[in-house]
Amino acid sequence: MKVTVDMALCQDHGQCAIAAPDVFAINDDGKLEYEPHPDDSERFAVEEAADVCPVQAIMIED
Amino acid sequence: MDHPRIAVVGGSLAGLRAAEQLRASGHVGPVTVYGAEAHAPYNRPPLSKDVLADPAALDAETALSRLTFRRRSSVGDVDFRFSTEVLGVDLGAGRLDWRSVGGGDPAEGSDDFDGLVVATGLRPRRLSAPGPERGRYVLRTVEDCLDLRAAVTAPRRVVVVGAGFIGCEAACTLDALGHDVTVVEPTGAPMNRVLGEQLALAVQRHHERRGIRFVIGPGVTAFEGSDRVSEAVLDDGQRLPVDVVIEAVGSIPNTEWLAGTGLDVVDGVLTDNDLAAVGADRVVAVGDLARFPNPLFDDVPRRVEHWSIPTDTAKRAAPTLVALVEGRRPELPPFAPVPSFWSDQADLRFQSFGSPGLADEVVVAEGDPDDLTAGVLTLHHRAGQHVGTVALNLPPARQRELRDAFVTPTEARN
Repeated sequence: MKVTVDMALCQDHGQCAIAAPDVFAINDDGKLEYEPHPDDSERFAVEEAADVCPVQAIMIED
Repeated sequence: MDHPRIAVVGGSLAGLRAAEQLRASGHVGPVTVYGAEAHAPYNRPPLSKDVLADPAALDAETALSRLTFRRRSSVGDVDFRFSTEVLGVDLGAGRLDWRSVGGGDPAEGSDDFDGLVVATGLRPRRLSAPGPERGRYVLRTVEDCLDLRAAVTAPRRVVVVGAGFIGCEAACTLDALGHDVTVVEPTGAPMNRVLGEQLALAVQRHHERRGIRFVIGPGVTAFEGSDRVSEAVLDDGQRLPVDVVIEAVGSIPNTEWLAGTGLDVVDGVLTDNDLAAVGADRVVAVGDLARFPNPLFDDVPRRVEHWSIPTDTAKRAAPTLVALVEGRRPELPPFAPVPSFWSDQADLRFQSFGSPGLADEVVVAEGDPDDLTAGVLTLHHRAGQHVGTVALNLPPARQRELRDAFVTPTEARN
């Protein structure tokens, strides 16, 4: 699974870090960091993160 | 036996999420999504903010190129029918009547279904004040947004009626674009039903310092003008000169097509905790018209008008409907989503978890309400129980901790 976040869209809402905390995290500067190649066991959580992103910046490729 | 057919009535976020979650829940039969709008499901929150302010988003196609939701491959075989309004439904027979709306060839017909998802959402409430219609706008669809944009290409005197979240977002956006903005709200300080009086007043003062005027107390009784609105008349006798009126006075559930079905549509669609419509066998409701009890708070069914709710409710309603069409009761743990919303207003970002609007007491836990940009946290209690949290301009890294303060009944048992 490949995860891409459109950082031009991202507004640091942080909802992805609630849905998939092992893949997305907000660092101490308030900026998003994420694992672009998460384990397939994270698929459900990553899909949830993509769903709840207010600006729909998260893309999942198989 | 053929696979059961599911009709999803409503073609916005709730309808899309319902279709996705039906597939995720193992439904392999046909799914048809009926949407009255001409467009594929798109994201509405930017309509009061980025899109309203973006000089490049001049037409629906350009705006929608950025707002349209990506569709999962799992819904590739779902039949999306846009510009199609469902007129009525016979739940006993499992049949709905539809007609095409908008530009294309007029057509109408009936379709049979085995299971039904009600996802027709809300439409803006309109003011009943008499006077000219021209110059009065609402914000719900992309067309609404573009109509309003076209009316504010030059500096305008704008009156926003209603100081809820959408009214305040639109007021801040238009103020930042250089328009002269007045917000009229009869029921109290902006967003006070959710924020509580102290925080609402602090937000009002904050917005006033940016140059937005608030008229709190009186309501609009009439509009005046020859062919378009030029004055708003308030019930205390004030007359506000105005070029553009934005009506942001709440929403009405689109449930007229369910008349006569036996469903409780007094305020949205009454469901049980599984989102199964009360009074029907194979019907679920999804999105901001679903009136469901949330055991996080109590057993009172409520509609929740947050952006997160279509996604949350679809995840429960889909497995419920899959069970119901197979003649089973859904055997699922209690559905207790943590409500969550955000709002961007000029230099303020609101983030809420839980249901702060239920509270009878609000405590400022962090920060100073006279300095909102530096960060303020309020905790909202009902009868001593923590029911909601509002964070203003707190670091996003705090959100998980704030959200996790609301553990679901299921999580609590684990």
